[in-house]
Amino acid sequence: MSTNKAVFNFKDDKDFLKLSGQKSAVSIVLTILELLFYFGFIGLIAFNKPFLSSMLTERVPIGIPIAVGVIVMSCVLTGIYVYWANNTYDTLVKKVRDKVEG
Amino acid sequence: MAQSIIGQVHPVSIAFFFLFVLSTLCITYWAAKRTRTTKEFYAAGRSITGFQNGLALAGDYMSAASFLGIAGLVSTKGYDGLIYSVGWLVGWPIVMFLIAEPLRNLGKYTFADVVAFRLKRMPIRTSAAAGSLITVLFYLIAQMVGAGTLIKLMFGLPYEWAILIVGCLMIAYVLFGGMLATTWVQIIKAVLLLGGATILVILTLSKFGFNYGELFGSASKMYGPEFLQPGGLITSPVDAFSLGLALMFGTAGLPHILMRFYTVPDAKQARKSVFYATGFIGYFYILTVTIGFGAAVLVGKKVIMAIDKGGNMAAPLLAEALGGHVFLGFLAAVAFATILAVVAGLTLAGASALSHDLYVGVLKRGQANEKDEVRVAKMATIGLGVSAMLLGILFKGQNVAFMVGLAFAVAASANFPALVMSIMWKKFSTKGAVASIWTGLILAVGLIIISPTVWVDVFHAKEKATIEKQISEAETQSKAKVEELEKAAADPKAVSDEKAAFGAKKKELSAQMPQAIFPLKNPGLISMGAAFLIGILVSLMSSEPEAQEKFEKEKLRAYIGIGAE
Repeated sequence: MSTNKAVFNFKDDKDFLKLSGQKSAVSIVLTILELLFYFGFIGLIAFNKPFLSSMLTERVPIGIPIAVGVIVMSCVLTGIYVYWANNTYDTLVKKVRDKVEG
Repeated sequence: MAQSIIGQVHPVSIAFFFLFVLSTLCITYWAAKRTRTTKEFYAAGRSITGFQNGLALAGDYMSAASFLGIAGLVSTKGYDGLIYSVGWLVGWPIVMFLIAEPLRNLGKYTFADVVAFRLKRMPIRTSAAAGSLITVLFYLIAQMVGAGTLIKLMFGLPYEWAILIVGCLMIAYVLFGGMLATTWVQIIKAVLLLGGATILVILTLSKFGFNYGELFGSASKMYGPEFLQPGGLITSPVDAFSLGLALMFGTAGLPHILMRFYTVPDAKQARKSVFYATGFIGYFYILTVTIGFGAAVLVGKKVIMAIDKGGNMAAPLLAEALGGHVFLGFLAAVAFATILAVVAGLTLAGASALSHDLYVGVLKRGQANEKDEVRVAKMATIGLGVSAMLLGILFKGQNVAFMVGLAFAVAASANFPALVMSIMWKKFSTKGAVASIWTGLILAVGLIIISPTVWVDVFHAKEKATIEKQISEAETQSKAKVEELEKAAADPKAVSDEKAAFGAKKKELSAQMPQAIFPLKNPGLISMGAAFLIGILVSLMSSEPEAQEKFEKEKLRAYIGIGAE
């Protein structure tokens, strides 16, 4: 741990504010998307069974790719988060870290 | 198909089983030499990579119940089983977006470390440990009873013996090898389970020309188009919403899952591990659902349900039909390994709540030397392991299906709200946290007792079964009468009268059905909602300037990882 920390006023630091703001925004938006996917699916089952039973192809009703789609989209969303974090977030973290540790 | 050997002790499964036990015990011996400090015992010395931890998380989460149970549910109920499996995955993105990185940066060994970061240690540690222990105990009982039943079904081994073997092995892993051995048991299990399921799916799809359309076409030809459509699983939207909330946010509050994030060196690896875990678990559920539909077509619902009413033997039966005795033996051993990895992770999480949170955090007021803490953690491991075995035997033959749902409800209501508010909300106070945890805990446990899952299905199971039997008897009689009338070409009015009479009788009998006091099957919606609400209200009423001051410092550590251990 650095001893310079008390000197560095991160509360007003532009980069730190940007980083914490972006991280919250990305987390909240992705969480809401995931909630929409899953509870949208549950909502369809509860309120629109005929739609899920309608046939996508001759043999496969549309409900099956939709259910699998929720699973796949959950993986994709975590992938999007990791991609963002590895590229944008980590760069900002490094920037602020350098400032704090001098 | 040929006579199944499921339930017999087969040399192939015994051989695979011993191979697994031998190799995991070798790993435990290797790990024992590297398990002396608390950091090594609880967190494998933070030496696990993101990829390894991803596999271990998957190994910790994919229980035998989710493998055999979901395959069975799909094979007997079709699409409803698929709906059910989706709910088990959707919590993982939440773990990623809200929990993983701040948890890793702020804590040391347990999630209580994070909640206690800027709040008063003693009251937080006590309540958080209670939340952890209740979650772990219910989950552990469900796993032990499941283990005894499944092993009896697969190997023909007496229930008590199965519990004894599982209990002793899990104690050995955790006691001597700590987190390092537990992690490798989980990694090996995850690889075996994913590998075994993949082979089973390839064998299944080869029967359908590797065309999913062909598989679904055959399923709907055999069981009607309803088999591929949502059926009776979700009747009340509020019920479904409540269960969905518990599954989603419960995953983000399971102590044994949260603990795994301390085994990696930093937040970046923690993030990576959730990504791998989500991928592996998602892939696993897609495989399991395919196995379920495959078993329905290639083995047949009737054969599956003749061996086990719940359908739990669908996957083993399919393995036997497609890969013979050798493959069945392999899969049976994998199921055993699956149970062991999950119970070992649970025991370690429970032991760390007892030693790190209660013994050191509360009894010793945060001051204890390494040696003492490891010694207490080991004693807690033995204590928990023995209690798990005793409880497993005590609950033999009981309906424990509700216990997993309850564990998730407690995790979502007692653990998750306190954790997320302590990370995100500046004004969160000690009193608010304690009130939130106990509200969630008491409501989740209390409401499930008076819910249909326990009040009707466990406490009034006999009455329910009697009335269901009466209804089905009346239905058979009425149908026979209608047929007779139709055969005799009687007056259509007589037929409709008979049908109306049955309808009235059914209504009358249904009215006698035991009613639960609380209407929802899973209390998640109410208990989690109340935990958040009480936490917010009490925090606003008991402002804690000290904690608010520390929040800025906490933020720097949560985001940047400066000062993280």
